[in-house]
Amino acid sequence: MDFLRPTTWDEALAAMAEHPDAVPIQGGTDVMVELNFDMRRPAVLLDLGRITELTGSETADGRLRIGAGVSYTRVIEDLGDRLPGLAQAARTVGSPQIRNRGSVGGNLGAASPAGDSHPPLLAGDAVIEVESVRGIRMIPATDFYVGVKRNRLEPGELIRAFWMAPATGPQYFSKIGTRNAMVIAVCSFAVALHPEERRVGTGIGSAAPTPRRASAAEEFLRRELDWDGPLDEAVAREFGELVRKAAAPIDDVRGTAGYRRHALAVMARRTLAWAWNDYRAGKPGRGVA
Amino acid sequence: MRVSFIVNGAEQTVDEVWEGESLLYVLRERMGLPGSKNACEQGECGSCTVYLDGTPVCACLVAAGQADGREVRTVEGLADGDRLDPIQEAFVEAGAVQCGFCTPGLLVQAHDLIERRPEPSDAEIREALAGNLCRCTGYEKILEAVRLAAARRAAAP
Repeated sequence: MDFLRPTTWDEALAAMAEHPDAVPIQGGTDVMVELNFDMRRPAVLLDLGRITELTGSETADGRLRIGAGVSYTRVIEDLGDRLPGLAQAARTVGSPQIRNRGSVGGNLGAASPAGDSHPPLLAGDAVIEVESVRGIRMIPATDFYVGVKRNRLEPGELIRAFWMAPATGPQYFSKIGTRNAMVIAVCSFAVALHPEERRVGTGIGSAAPTPRRASAAEEFLRRELDWDGPLDEAVAREFGELVRKAAAPIDDVRGTAGYRRHALAVMARRTLAWAWNDYRAGKPGRGVA
Repeated sequence: MRVSFIVNGAEQTVDEVWEGESLLYVLRERMGLPGSKNACEQGECGSCTVYLDGTPVCACLVAAGQADGREVRTVEGLADGDRLDPIQEAFVEAGAVQCGFCTPGLLVQAHDLIERRPEPSDAEIREALAGNLCRCTGYEKILEAVRLAAARRAAAP
């Protein structure tokens, strides 16, 4: 096994071009488990931990560009005011030790349907910036996930950053698990209000082969939501039903498909109500339009 | 592969490290520092918690090569010679140690908590220690120890 330690992004891209089968490692919270348990023996490990470009964030054209290696701890502490949905999801990841190492880029690379950052990335219209020596590609989160633990990355490509607009309305994330820490989601749901477009974004986690939006539920709200009034209970309930129908869960060790569908309907209804209450109250810090 | 790094304040070089090996393995098996415990090897239990460049991490999830050039502080590096760190003293006095297997990880994690939040609330203590499992289920005494260490620090001149 080779262990490559590039110190710049360009060096990392060159290394990936030379070794397209290299396994990138950032926080190690997924890759090291596979190594420790003999589930994987890559010919080349590519350590991204020394590349400072990956751990910075910046604002460009009014959007945030967040390095793929920014830890969950930093997402919570530095970005929570602008990306509240993602920060809520980050708080539910593992434990403090795991959040100190794990990153959204790692979640995207692993592309597990249960990854906690995926639903808020979907609800918030995130775009993933990937790069190889051939060039840069910008992939909307909606198109990024292609199967269980499979994403759109092509040989030689690395995840450089993800782009998201700062929240313009309330955002919420909800997750089902047996305790408050160290839980792989039984299922999860994210909602993001986009008041300036009179639109609501959604993201479903751990209830289909990939993270996915509930498109029909979003369309329903676009038609039925009265942005100047209180939330109609019937609308909230139908939203929950449409989210339930958007899922395609399986029975597994963490829960049954039926339970996941039921829980999603409840989480969707509740998170929409929480977000709507904040929106109506004009809660400061949430950028209500 | 060679790995050179600072461990508990001293520069160390370790040779013939396998590229897929964890920092935990290097500490325990190659450097004779068995304080950090090896249990789950998947970040679930927290018993291998060490400081990496001042941040608590699970040593089992850090590739050895990732520690090259960095600074590691293990539970062996908490005490000042024969003088225990206040968090260690508090664990002894509160009876927060039963079988002792989870203790090193809890000590490092609790040490970091009190450094960052000198007067943590109970909720903050629980959150900070949420990734450290004690299968003797001695959590009440562990919480007491952290409260004791924090109170003493707050009372210190």
